[in-house]
Amino acid sequence: MPREDYEVIIGLEVHSELSTKTKIFCSCPTEFGGAPNTHTCPVCMAMPGTLPVLNEKVVEYAVKAGLATNCEISRNSKNDRKNYFYPDLPKSYQISQFDKPLCEHGYVEIETENGPKKIRLTRIHIEEDAGKLNHDPYGRGSLVDLNRAGVPLIEIVSEPDLRSSSEVEMYMKKLKSILEYIEVSDCKMQEGSLRADVNVSIRPKGSSKLGTRTEMKNMNSFRSIVRAIEYEVDRQVEVIDNGGTITQETLRWDDVSGRTFSMRDKEDAQDYRYFPDPDLVAIKLSDEYIENIRKNLPELPESRKERYIAEYSLTEKEANILTASKYLSDMFEKASKICGNTKAVANWLLSDVSRILNEKEWEPDRIPFAAESLAELITLIEKGTISSAIAKKVLEEMFETPEKMPSKIIEEKGWVQISDEGAIKEVVLKILAANMQSVTDYKAGKDKALGFLVGQAMKETKGKANPQMLNKMFVEEINKM
Amino acid sequence: MNITDLTVYELKEKLDKKELTVKQITQAYIDRIIEKEPDVNAFVTPLTDTALEQADKIQEKIDNGEISATYSGIPIGIKDNICTKGVKTTCSSKMLENFVAPYNATVTEKINAEGMIDLGKLNMDEFAMGASTEYSAFKKTRNPWNLNKVPGGSSGGSAAAVAAGLVPWALGSDTGGSIRQPASFCGVVGLKPTYGLVSRYGLVAFASSLDQIGPITKDVRDSAMLLNVIAGHDEKDTTSIQTEKKDYTKALKNDVKGLKIGVPKEYFGEGINSEVKAALEKAIDEYKAMGATVEECSIPIADYALATYYIIACAEASSNLGRFDGIRYGYRTPNYESLKDIFVNSRTEGFGAEVKRRIILGTYVLSSGYYDAYYKKAQQVRTLVKKEFDKAFEKYDVLITPTSPTVAFDIGVRSNNPLEMYLADICTVSVNIAGLPGISIPCGVDSQGMPIGMQIIGKHFDEETILNAAYTYEQRVKFRDKYQPEFKNK
Repeated sequence: MPREDYEVIIGLEVHSELSTKTKIFCSCPTEFGGAPNTHTCPVCMAMPGTLPVLNEKVVEYAVKAGLATNCEISRNSKNDRKNYFYPDLPKSYQISQFDKPLCEHGYVEIETENGPKKIRLTRIHIEEDAGKLNHDPYGRGSLVDLNRAGVPLIEIVSEPDLRSSSEVEMYMKKLKSILEYIEVSDCKMQEGSLRADVNVSIRPKGSSKLGTRTEMKNMNSFRSIVRAIEYEVDRQVEVIDNGGTITQETLRWDDVSGRTFSMRDKEDAQDYRYFPDPDLVAIKLSDEYIENIRKNLPELPESRKERYIAEYSLTEKEANILTASKYLSDMFEKASKICGNTKAVANWLLSDVSRILNEKEWEPDRIPFAAESLAELITLIEKGTISSAIAKKVLEEMFETPEKMPSKIIEEKGWVQISDEGAIKEVVLKILAANMQSVTDYKAGKDKALGFLVGQAMKETKGKANPQMLNKMFVEEINKM
Repeated sequence: MNITDLTVYELKEKLDKKELTVKQITQAYIDRIIEKEPDVNAFVTPLTDTALEQADKIQEKIDNGEISATYSGIPIGIKDNICTKGVKTTCSSKMLENFVAPYNATVTEKINAEGMIDLGKLNMDEFAMGASTEYSAFKKTRNPWNLNKVPGGSSGGSAAAVAAGLVPWALGSDTGGSIRQPASFCGVVGLKPTYGLVSRYGLVAFASSLDQIGPITKDVRDSAMLLNVIAGHDEKDTTSIQTEKKDYTKALKNDVKGLKIGVPKEYFGEGINSEVKAALEKAIDEYKAMGATVEECSIPIADYALATYYIIACAEASSNLGRFDGIRYGYRTPNYESLKDIFVNSRTEGFGAEVKRRIILGTYVLSSGYYDAYYKKAQQVRTLVKKEFDKAFEKYDVLITPTSPTVAFDIGVRSNNPLEMYLADICTVSVNIAGLPGISIPCGVDSQGMPIGMQIIGKHFDEETILNAAYTYEQRVKFRDKYQPEFKNK
């Protein structure tokens, strides 16, 4: 049966690291990096006798995430222990939530080719991250780094409502954008603060019975998620077409070889022996608490988009791109406010900045320079200090040396536009003397000749001459002849 | 006057009147330890080497008027499952034989802030699992009344040390009777506070929803005094309760007129030794004579308490003890070729038989397919136990039961029979299940001269009433004046 005759069913478990200052059960910093085991204390190292104390910010952030994704918030929730042995799990159990998650029954909306589609969320719960195993460079085994142990996470579980890898990408991007807008996670995929486990199954179109699913782990970019899904769907179709059956198993995606490997199958499925953590009291939330968070939720991407269309007369597409990333959107607003030229800021972000990001395969949050720099760049063009052509070169430099303001770059590179009348006149006279034929042509009515002369002058000045002034002065000087 | 016979209240009086110095007191205890510890084996790690130095420092501070704490210079012993920074905390397990905690338990901080002198870490059943201290991986502690008998457990080292005068008072921990039962066996006073009154931070967890730290002392006033030191909310333990600071010694009124005592018949039935029963009946008569009203009552669910206890305690223990995996601290097997080997062999070699038995039991009751039948059911019964006690306390101020169905038994007779060992907890476990406070005080001796314990159970956070009830009885019968440990069979 051809692939098109199968329906692809996908559900996601997205883990997002919360950007609280301290860990979920102790006061160690959550900061990324640091020498191994420096962001640790007796609690997150699971020293005997230590006890967890729930960080209230974690609950607040999770409730924010729940409200922003249309979830019902549980008034009565609790923490459970998920028991398993692994060297990066110091207590030998992860404190998570089992049967009473903080948030349930939500949805997010994505824009598909066939219009908007609601992806239902089963639940959002809070839990702690594990540590990390590093390979000992001297080959004596593995080294445990517990800096990440106890960093707060939310797990966002979707219903199997996704039907293609592109829907998954849209859904992930939407989630990322929501989490960024409500400022609960920085969602840096390269640092692992947003990651997804993907459950994939296929069934013949028209069938209502779900196929056996496999779970894929270890994808750390949108691109690898899409590739992994495409690979896995092809694999499942092939297995079924060859008369085989899909085994329920956990697969590890390998980005280098572009294929999945089996981690464990159902046979050795773990029994996590979940039970309520007796060290932690129940999480009870009042209506006022929840309403207070709801009232103070920041503007979400949808409403920002509508505002851009209405206030700045951007097209829907433009507004979509600008608002998809909170980082980009914030930069747009901030730069616009500083330089006062909204249209120009939008144009720069949507064209040249986006082009460079695409070349680098970077997400907008990796734009290295500040909104102030972009605003200054636009002001410099408006004031005639640089031409648009030079500005593009300055932008490239801003990506390389983001700490330097555009004015500094221009100064250092000697890219200041020549607007001095004397200097312009000197160049004009020099070019005219060397191109008398063009003068004759222009006088004979060939307007193109003027363009040629200006071009020569720009070449002479390495693009720094003010083009409007050149035009004006060429005409004046030719008329004098 | 024998210094080591004095209660802490008396020691404190003599210190205040300058009749004794800190050094004299410390030296007296060191001498006593040198004399009696070889018979009793109460300590895993004695700290007698550093105690005198500490005593000098504290005496100097007292002389310079730099110390305002109440119990400066009073020695203490600490059960070896309570973390003490820089000193080994072994839980009497090979697993933690060389473990030095990098931090202090909250109670240790409080003890240190008082300027008390830690004489050492006291023996216990491995990870507090047991009722005789025979499950210590290191040594068998002996009962000071008769060295052939067990001191009870799991805080057997603490109870034996107090009874033998090796420390004036001690801290124990109680998950199912581990303070009260050894106190009963050793003829001393053991108090298990209400769950949540004392911070568990730094107590190596056995069963988190049941564990409480409490005092083991020579008499009831000392018990109230040590409770004053250790009680109180701790932000590091969210299960510890915000309560107003109390002076429990103020509750000791030496008057029980009008006190309503319930005597639950379930605790006097089959399996309760007749001499124990007789001693309790006599004690109850004393209460009547002192003007209390006594009534028989019933807590039918009590019959299920032991089974419930072993399910919940083992379930929690199986998870709590997972961290002893050979990776970060504690024992690691030398025999491994794979990660799984490290986990399996470290635990197989590092834990004793009773600990493994309970881990296996706990793992089983939490397993999918069995969870509902065991763990969930046990939690439901737990709710019923609480309800029945709440109901009883609508009518009575305190309940009185034996602490243990028997007096101290001979070393070796039960250590290979887990079920019989578990029965030693039958009178005490329901108090932990319901989270109530309970105190054990001596109420006589049997025909062999072994002490018998009476358990007084109170309402949640009503330690005052049980302390007063215990104190008033103690003042009347003066057990300590009549009986002292004799170190029989030396």
